[in-house]
Amino acid sequence: MAENILFLTELLGLRVFDLKQRLLGRVKDLALVPLIDPVRIDRFLIGGAGYTWLTVRYDQVKRITLDGIYLRDEQLTPYHSDEYMLRVVRDLLDQQIIDAQGRKVVRVTDITFERREDRDSEVLWVLEVDIGLRSVFRRLFQGVAPVKWIRRIQTRIAPNSIRWEFCNILEADPQRRLRLNISNNLLEKMHPADLADIVEELSPEDREAIFATMDNELAAEALSEVDPDIQASILESLETEKAADILEEMSPDEAADVLAELEEETSEEILEEMDTEPKTEVRELLEYAEDTAGGMMTTEFVSLHANALVGDAVEGIRGNEELIESLNSLFLVDEDERLVAAVPVARLFLAQPGQPLRDLATGNLQQVTVDESQDRVTELFDKYNLLVLPVVDEDGRLSGVVTADDIISVLRQR
Amino acid sequence: MRALLRRFRYHIAVFFSVIGPGFITAMVDNDAGGIFTYSQAGAKYGYLPLWTLLPITLLLIVTQEMCSRMGAVTGKGLSDLIREEFGLRTTFFMMAALLLANLTNVMANFAGIAGSLGLFGISRYLSVPIGGIAVWFLVVKGTYERVEKAFLFATSFYIAYIVSGILVRPDWKEAAIYSVRPVLLFDPGYIAMLIGMVGTSVAPWMQFYLQAAVVEKGVTEKEYAESRIEVIVGCVVMTVIAFFIIVACAGAIGSVQPRDIQSPADAAAALRPFGEYAFLLFAAGLFNASLFAACILPLSTAYTVCEGLGFESGVNRRFREAPIFYWLFTGLIVVGGGVVLLPNFPLVPMILLSQVINGVLLPVILIFMVTLVNNKRLMKEWTNSRSYNAVAWVAVVMLVGLTAALVAITIKDLVGR
Repeated sequence: MAENILFLTELLGLRVFDLKQRLLGRVKDLALVPLIDPVRIDRFLIGGAGYTWLTVRYDQVKRITLDGIYLRDEQLTPYHSDEYMLRVVRDLLDQQIIDAQGRKVVRVTDITFERREDRDSEVLWVLEVDIGLRSVFRRLFQGVAPVKWIRRIQTRIAPNSIRWEFCNILEADPQRRLRLNISNNLLEKMHPADLADIVEELSPEDREAIFATMDNELAAEALSEVDPDIQASILESLETEKAADILEEMSPDEAADVLAELEEETSEEILEEMDTEPKTEVRELLEYAEDTAGGMMTTEFVSLHANALVGDAVEGIRGNEELIESLNSLFLVDEDERLVAAVPVARLFLAQPGQPLRDLATGNLQQVTVDESQDRVTELFDKYNLLVLPVVDEDGRLSGVVTADDIISVLRQR
Repeated sequence: MRALLRRFRYHIAVFFSVIGPGFITAMVDNDAGGIFTYSQAGAKYGYLPLWTLLPITLLLIVTQEMCSRMGAVTGKGLSDLIREEFGLRTTFFMMAALLLANLTNVMANFAGIAGSLGLFGISRYLSVPIGGIAVWFLVVKGTYERVEKAFLFATSFYIAYIVSGILVRPDWKEAAIYSVRPVLLFDPGYIAMLIGMVGTSVAPWMQFYLQAAVVEKGVTEKEYAESRIEVIVGCVVMTVIAFFIIVACAGAIGSVQPRDIQSPADAAAALRPFGEYAFLLFAAGLFNASLFAACILPLSTAYTVCEGLGFESGVNRRFREAPIFYWLFTGLIVVGGGVVLLPNFPLVPMILLSQVINGVLLPVILIFMVTLVNNKRLMKEWTNSRSYNAVAWVAVVMLVGLTAALVAITIKDLVGR
């Protein structure tokens, strides 16, 4: 254990001495001011015999040792609650934070600091947040056994800690988030599915705080991965307008699934706030029962006229770039929008631009009507090894498609 | 009118979506230890102790309601909240005590498995290991939803007690009268038994399990009205089953020739003269209850301890991600089941010891609970009202007094051995 590493549990209760080596009090808390510096401890809060705590600024400290803290300056101010301070003991110790690298929610047991020379002062930098057995051991025995013993024994236990730059602090109060300069930068770099797992573990308040401040597109992606019950509670807690913005970013079938979880009044309010185009699509989808092909399908697909050529197909795809990641078939329809054929996208690569699309169509066109049961749809996917299945209305007009990822979700929920 | 009907349908749907936590907690409360206490009460004092069930139900409802409310509003488990508000050291000692108390509870339930299957002539050297392995696989290899469904299904087997109670043909008139007429005998055994009944019905682990289950279920403030009903229904059903256990033993043993029974399996055997079915159902009920509790207790303990101390937990995690959780869970089953197989293991003193630990732990937990539930920062507008607080404190004081008395009696008993 390097001498320059100090633990929060060791620092708490350390005696603080003034220039003439007189005891001023003991360390009660440390505070960061994230707007000025996100890693340097800015204030030491000292409690003495009196009722009020004193504040020591970082540049008033001369030396920090395990035997005590020695000051270089005695102009101390009484502590008064400061909204710009992140108090390490009050706001961090024993609280939950998000480990953005390990992608999980963890509880802070201790905090590791590095002691650095800064001109003539010694300052503390937050290095890591400790979790796990070693820090539990340290916390339990700190103050009971001598510091040196604890340091020696703990080396036998494997450490478990998270670098400070990967820690995302949770704060539900939006104003405080601003003052403490808490952003979602770390979370926004994660995969939406990982973010969804994390969000499920948080308390409702923290969940709402994250969704309320997150970018709409990412919020939509993460939300569609969250457990349905939790989706509903998140949407209900958000401002109607924000909820509508997030839903607009989701694919219509997912948006409809989420809305179906809500109480009718609430879902109606949110729908009213949405833009016209997604709103009508979602409304149509909401008409279908959840366990039918209509309830499973999405209305996002690429369809072309039955006489179209390969070149037109490429144009068609260009116009629907948001679908590109999951696109694996194009659909051909006649004048009345009735489904005629399906064309696997990969075949376009092997064809000439002037070739009619019809020539590339799959031999056996599988399709179902909107009221087909969920079980039957699943069966068809299994039987014909489908990636996508077109859904038509009672007149044979193409109304949507069911994709393999919908089937996987259905199967997993059983 | 149509809107009204739709609202009603919505609330019914919500009710079914929140069903689980309250029901399961209340049912597991009737585990091997609970069945033993109730059987003994009926066997020795007949219908006389029935009146305590009403106040027990009220005490249960008050404590359980606060826990489920905390879970729904804060979205955090009780051990999480204790850790956040009272620090690590307090949490650690509390978790250590809980672990010890629950370990002995697990032992009692494996003994229940051995005893009940023993009645069917199955050796404990077969029943206990198989039971332990089954429990481990069910919990570790299942997802939470599936495990909860299996648990809910298990609760329906408690009907066995109701049927066996009816088959014994007890004196229903007397049962009805003594259910509402308090009888106090100044017999030390009788008073000890009354205290025991209350003491075993509100246990520390329940508070942790219920709150965690409410959180896991994703119940929020909005669905809380339904969740509260579920908790109350659970408590009432639990008491109804306790009623039938007491009545069965009162009819079969208490009113024929009152005596002490040594184990819950003993009670089942005494039902034999009243028909093979009464016996079978009582024994099967005991097996189900013991197995059920042997599932829930290790799981709930491992969860609670890991959450409180900040280790990763959950059956959805892999072994490598949450080693402490899995070791705790596995250890509780292996040790809890293993000691039942040891010849001459002092099981009864261990169970008495667990009652002492529970009795010491419960007051602390209850006081923490009432403090937490009144914390405005955590509970917002969901804190206790003034009158509810009065009720809660009366309940806490009563429970603390009764468990203190139980601890005193148990220690006297332990020393006297």
